[in-house]
Amino acid sequence: MTRWLVRVAVSTAVVAGIYGIGAGVEATMIEYVQRIVLIAGINVILAVGLGLINGTTGQFSIGHAGFMAIGAYTAAFTGVQLAPALSGLAGAGALSEAVTFNLALLAGAVMAGVAGLLVGIPSLRLKGDYLAIVTLGFGEIIRLLFNNTQALGAATGYFGNDPSGLPPYTSFFWVYLWVVVIVLVIRNITFSQTGRSLTAIREDEIAAEAMATPTTRLKVTAFSISAATAGIAGGLFAHMQSGIRPEDFKFEKSIDMIVMIIIGGLGSITGAIIGGIFLAVTLELMRDLQEWRLILYALLLVVIMIVRPQGLLGTRELSLAMFARKKAPSKP
Amino acid sequence: MSQFIQQVINGLSLGSIYALIALGYTMVYGVLKLINFAHSEVFMVGAYSGFYAATFLGIDALDQSGQSFPLYLALVVLIVAMLVSATLGMTIERLAYRPLRNAPRLTPLITAIGMSLLLQNLGMLIFTPNPRRYPPILREVRFDFGGVIVTNIKLTIFAVAMALMVGLWFLVNRTWTGRAMRAVSMNLDAARLMGIDPDRTIGKTFAIGSALAAAGGILFGLDQITINPTMGTLTGLKAFVAAVLGGIGNIPGAALGGLLIGLSEQLVAGYISPDYRDAITFLILIVILILRPEGILGVVRQEKV
Amino acid sequence: MTLLALSAVEKVFGGLRAIGGVSLAVEPGQIFGLIGPNGAGKTTIFNVVTGVYRPDGGRVTFDGEDISGWLPAKVAARGIARTFQNIRLFRSMTVEQNVMVAGFRIHKAGLLSAIVRNRRYHDDEREFSRRAAELLDIFKLRELAGEPAASLPYGSQRRLEIARALMLSPKLLLLDEPAAGMNSQEARALVEQIRFLRDELGLTVVLVEHNMSVVMSVCEQIHVVDHGETIAEGPPEQIREHPKVLAAYLGEESEAQAVKDYEAVSRPSHERPEEPDA
Repeated sequence: MTRWLVRVAVSTAVVAGIYGIGAGVEATMIEYVQRIVLIAGINVILAVGLGLINGTTGQFSIGHAGFMAIGAYTAAFTGVQLAPALSGLAGAGALSEAVTFNLALLAGAVMAGVAGLLVGIPSLRLKGDYLAIVTLGFGEIIRLLFNNTQALGAATGYFGNDPSGLPPYTSFFWVYLWVVVIVLVIRNITFSQTGRSLTAIREDEIAAEAMATPTTRLKVTAFSISAATAGIAGGLFAHMQSGIRPEDFKFEKSIDMIVMIIIGGLGSITGAIIGGIFLAVTLELMRDLQEWRLILYALLLVVIMIVRPQGLLGTRELSLAMFARKKAPSKP
Repeated sequence: MSQFIQQVINGLSLGSIYALIALGYTMVYGVLKLINFAHSEVFMVGAYSGFYAATFLGIDALDQSGQSFPLYLALVVLIVAMLVSATLGMTIERLAYRPLRNAPRLTPLITAIGMSLLLQNLGMLIFTPNPRRYPPILREVRFDFGGVIVTNIKLTIFAVAMALMVGLWFLVNRTWTGRAMRAVSMNLDAARLMGIDPDRTIGKTFAIGSALAAAGGILFGLDQITINPTMGTLTGLKAFVAAVLGGIGNIPGAALGGLLIGLSEQLVAGYISPDYRDAITFLILIVILILRPEGILGVVRQEKV
Repeated sequence: MTLLALSAVEKVFGGLRAIGGVSLAVEPGQIFGLIGPNGAGKTTIFNVVTGVYRPDGGRVTFDGEDISGWLPAKVAARGIARTFQNIRLFRSMTVEQNVMVAGFRIHKAGLLSAIVRNRRYHDDEREFSRRAAELLDIFKLRELAGEPAASLPYGSQRRLEIARALMLSPKLLLLDEPAAGMNSQEARALVEQIRFLRDELGLTVVLVEHNMSVVMSVCEQIHVVDHGETIAEGPPEQIREHPKVLAAYLGEESEAQAVKDYEAVSRPSHERPEEPDA
């Protein structure tokens, strides 16, 4: 009982803290910097979610941009459809906006998760680069489908019904609240019996099966959760701008996500967090370099793979206060 | 009926370009078990090398004065492009893949993706992102067979591709280099014990595959009229699909897969909708990988326990 | 009642008959030896029993149930645990985690419990940790619980594989060359540990082993295969003297002893194809 009370207290403090920091950020920083901060948060969600499947489970997806696209389009579309209905119901502006936005995000997560399930069931029997290629193919198909769907704006993109574009729901508070939720969820999965079994699948699938591990079910579950988190990130991304285009979710976006988790270290949650932030900041800092930017970026990727393929942390975790409070019972 | 024949002819011509590129993917996969993502950029560089070679040899002046480009100069253009791409392919292998020979499988895969991005963006910088009109190395002549239009360009593409593939067949099956390549792809360590230098053999494999991609690049330029630095991405992916379809690591499989992908693409574009041309190609990839990952001509391998 | 029965089990690898109609019966509480020259098909038999390979003919019955062609995870959940000839540990995970992985079958806290970290999750973790500690104690690995599995010496890795298998609480334990790479002292300790598993934990054990002193001292019944076929079965003292067994191990011809000895040196039985048993 007391444990739950403590939890409620801590959660309230965290929510208030995020709100406070958010107010501070919005008051002090110029819009350009605020945007980088938001992108960093979205990157962290993408990286931590992708890390569950690519890092912990060792099943390589290089098409996660497709799931992000599904989340983005679903959240944008749902948000636009729900807004008028809910604004009447809940009355007050801020509350109905919050409800609309989070329902839209959840809808995006569910759709992306279901898509992950549908992709995962047939394809997770494949190993290594074969699986990678199937996910790449799916990512491209999803993008091409949005590219040809007239109701969602096809190649020009989806901008909602309003001339000013999609409602700008995405704020520091919501992005970082979701960052905290998703990091906690993924961390709790990773350090549990399921997480141990996922790591076992990465290490030796045949031995894992011999230990009565339902490998296919676990892989599909992890893949679907990972897709759902990409869906949340997609929804946050969509409501950050006036519209979304199929080309926002090209193969390059999947590569970005992989770079994030590789820089930090595959199989490390804190590594993924660092990687996500690093990428948001570096890509912004390099913007002045124009065409040299992507050249340096690609060069960075190649050099990291040759010089330090295990990334900054390898599979280790950085001991942040969150992890130090209670020593993780079973760190794979 | 004549529309169907037309699509088949166009499909075979396009497919033979895919086949030339697919060979490079499949050969490299054979020896290194690596999907060489940078191959699509080797193809692109091949096309640009042909562009600059033809320009340097004065094709613009000839074109303006209404003369056609002499055949021997066209051959020079082809050879120059093949040499440039072969050098590039070997350099990529030497710098980016060889240091990772013993790394976990996914490390070189990511490196390959990085190399691909790097070359593509370097291409944007050097060649500029603007599309360029490909020089008329061959002047188009149309033949009309009762409603079916066949151009000399389509015929040349098919003929050149077939000639190169026959050449490759001889190289792989009738020379020591080919024997070494096959040995390395079966078992690198055993090949080394038999006195084969795997590094040299792998280098040669990259060189040959890249040269074929360069030829594919020039043929692509002739066929599609314009080229740009991102031309490799989609075409390369489709060629890779072709390699998987035929059975990755299998040389005749890549040729067959290329032709089949070219055909399916033209037929989908002609009878369903050009919008779904690319999506269908990826769908084929996924269906093949799920139902028969070893491809049409590939063999199954079971993991030892 | 017989615990594990194979009747006329066959396995073919592209034309090569790895096992051709092997029948055997393991009684509850037995320590059963499965021996034969390299390439005889012993590991293939293990792989068919544990579901890694699907048999091409015959039946595998376990505890009164036909388990032929079941998937490995299902076979393991049913009560057959195994170790591997070429050690398959989860190398980057710690010794303790390796053992705890095998607790998946009996873990009660689902994914949601893990996510919200409720009492059920903590109960599970505590329980698994305790059981893992017990098992590690038996195999003298307790002090190494926090080390990565890959850092252990060879003999300890083999013992860790057994500890991990026991976490499944199996009825039947299949050990694939548990003494390989062990020195004679370690092998003697292993014999004691195998007896302990049977006497104290009530396990039935099937053992594939090349170390004859281990086989002869611990097994009560021995089944000999060669070229995928049964050539003899009986208690150790019988097998030791069995002419076919001697022939299989020393060479095919059985004329004069001198010829036999000569052949044992010049043409050892190793020259058979190594697949699928190597």
